[in-house]
This record gives sequence, C-alpha cells and structure tokens, in this order.
Amino acid sequence: MAKYFVIIILLILLFLIFWNLQKNTAPRNRLDLLSSRYIDQGPREVGSANLVTAVVVAYRGFDTLGEVIVLFLAATGVGFLMQKRQKAYPKSNPASEILRTGSDVLLPVIILTGTYIFLHGHLTPGGGFQGGVVIASGFLLQFLARPESRIKVRKLHFIESISGFFYVLSGLAGLILAGGFLDSRFLPLGKWGELISAGAIPLIYSFIGLKVGSELVGILNNLKGD
Amino acid sequence: MILFILCFVLFLIGLYGVVTKRNLIKIIISIAIMEYSINLFFILIGYIKGATAPIINDEVQAAVFVDPLPQAMILTAIVIGLATTALLLAIAIRLYRKYGTFDIRKINSLKG
Repeated sequence: MAKYFVIIILLILLFLIFWNLQKNTAPRNRLDLLSSRYIDQGPREVGSANLVTAVVVAYRGFDTLGEVIVLFLAATGVGFLMQKRQKAYPKSNPASEILRTGSDVLLPVIILTGTYIFLHGHLTPGGGFQGGVVIASGFLLQFLARPESRIKVRKLHFIESISGFFYVLSGLAGLILAGGFLDSRFLPLGKWGELISAGAIPLIYSFIGLKVGSELVGILNNLKGD
Repeated sequence: MILFILCFVLFLIGLYGVVTKRNLIKIIISIAIMEYSINLFFILIGYIKGATAPIINDEVQAAVFVDPLPQAMILTAIVIGLATTALLLAIAIRLYRKYGTFDIRKINSLKG
C-alpha cells in the first residue's frame, strides 16, 4: 500500500515539474525578444533564408561545434566497445536479388540526395545533420544487402577528421576575418536566396554533413560486428 | 494544453518501460521513447498557433513564424540521441557476448 502511495506522490511531483515548465510559455501568440530578433535580423545579418540554419550555424555555432564533438565521442565509444572482433561470423542466407540490385541502384541516388540536403541547408528545410543521416542510411541499405562487403575504414576516418579540421579552421577564419569565432560572414553574403550566398554557411554545413555522415557510417560499420 | 499532457504521458510510458522491463533492448527502446517525448515537448514550447515554418521566401514573407530556437536545439539533439542509442546498443552487445543473455536479472557479476 505504502509503495503505491510513494509512486503516486512521485508521479504528482514529476507532473508538477512538467506543468511549471510549460505554464509560462504554453499559450503563445507571439515570439519573445530573442526569437523575434533572429527572425527580423537573420535574413539581413547572416543572409540565410532558413532561419533554423541561421541559428544552428551562425548565431549558435559554438553550440553546434560542441554537439559535433559529443557525436564524435559517442562514435569513438562505439568503436572502442566493438573493437573485439567476433571469432566466427554466423553464416546467414544471402540477401535476395531484388534487395542487392535495388541497393546498388539506390545508393548513388541516396548519397546525391544527402548532398543536396546539406548543400541547400540555408535555403530549404534540411542541413548538415539531416544530410549526413540520409547518407548513412544509404550505407545501412548496402550493409543489409551485402553483409560480407567491407568499407575502407581508413578513408572514412580521413574524411571525418579532415572535415572536422576544416570546420574548426573556418571557425578560426571567422575569428580573424569577421566578428568572432564561427562567424560565417568572412565570405561575401552574395545575393539573398541563391545557392552560393549566405557567407560561409553552405561551406560549414557541408563540413558538418560530411563529418556526421562518415561518423554514422563508422558507427554502423562497428555495430555490424565483423 | 492537451498536447503537453500527452507529451507527459509519452514520457511516463518510457519511464514505465525503463523501470519494469527486464530485457536490455526493451530498456533502450524505452529510453528512446523518453528522449522523443522531451524533443516533442521542446518543439511544442516554440509553437505558435497558425504560424508557418521559419523559412523565408517571397510568398510567406509577411506571415508569423514559429520560434526557430527550439527547433535548432532539437535538430542537433536528435542526431546526438541517435549516436548515444548506438553507444547503448554497443554496451548491450558487449554484455550479450559476456553473459549470453539480455536479461538484466542474469547479468549480476557486480552484485554484492
């Protein structure tokens, strides 16, 4: 009896936390000061049509660098935990002809779609993180169709480290040539709404996309086991 | 209001799974459900009734936009959640290789 009483008390306390979190913000019909500044000044200051991208890459670029580092640490942790190879890989039935042919046809298209998503991150919905995940999903399809296939891990690590290096380097370029660390305005803003515009945002998002994509492919390759 | 309560219910479903299930894979799925409920909660905080997505083009320039800040935070949090779930699964696979089971009652070498 006392056990249920304690559980109910805990549930009520948990609900009070949720309630207080949403109480002041729930029925909103206008933005607060910070967000309305992002919306008003974002297109003019950063030159990005997608304001989520403007926040992720330009206004809060330092946060994004931290998140990319967390992603890198998680990928390294998976690699560390799965480093001991299984002795005998269980022989499974080969994938069907349809799956193998379909994955061969789809893999270039999926990689192209991912590249499109991260290159157009400042114009349309999408960006580096989403494009990288789309690219990794193409490699997942390939792993399912051909479990015996190997990917070149050294090349993968090379892409990952070189894109991370250039990401930090473009941050330093912003520090020297523009207003501060990861300021994307060290390249000219260009004409608003075109592919090559918005300063260094397409460049930085491409580095993020390559890094996220290669890291997730590395995670999948480690989880594959052999 | 009802959406926030449903969000809380989703969190409780995940919490129930973490507390009561004995299979490690089911516990990881429950953790993922809790994570998504929190993501949903953050997105709902930034929601404004009748507003459009914060992507400016020539047609919707005068419209009201939703808050881009929670969306930007959750965008990265989803990918981090994917990576941490992969880390949890890697730990579960290592435990399975050592003990031959996913049942947490039988994984008890550290007990006592």
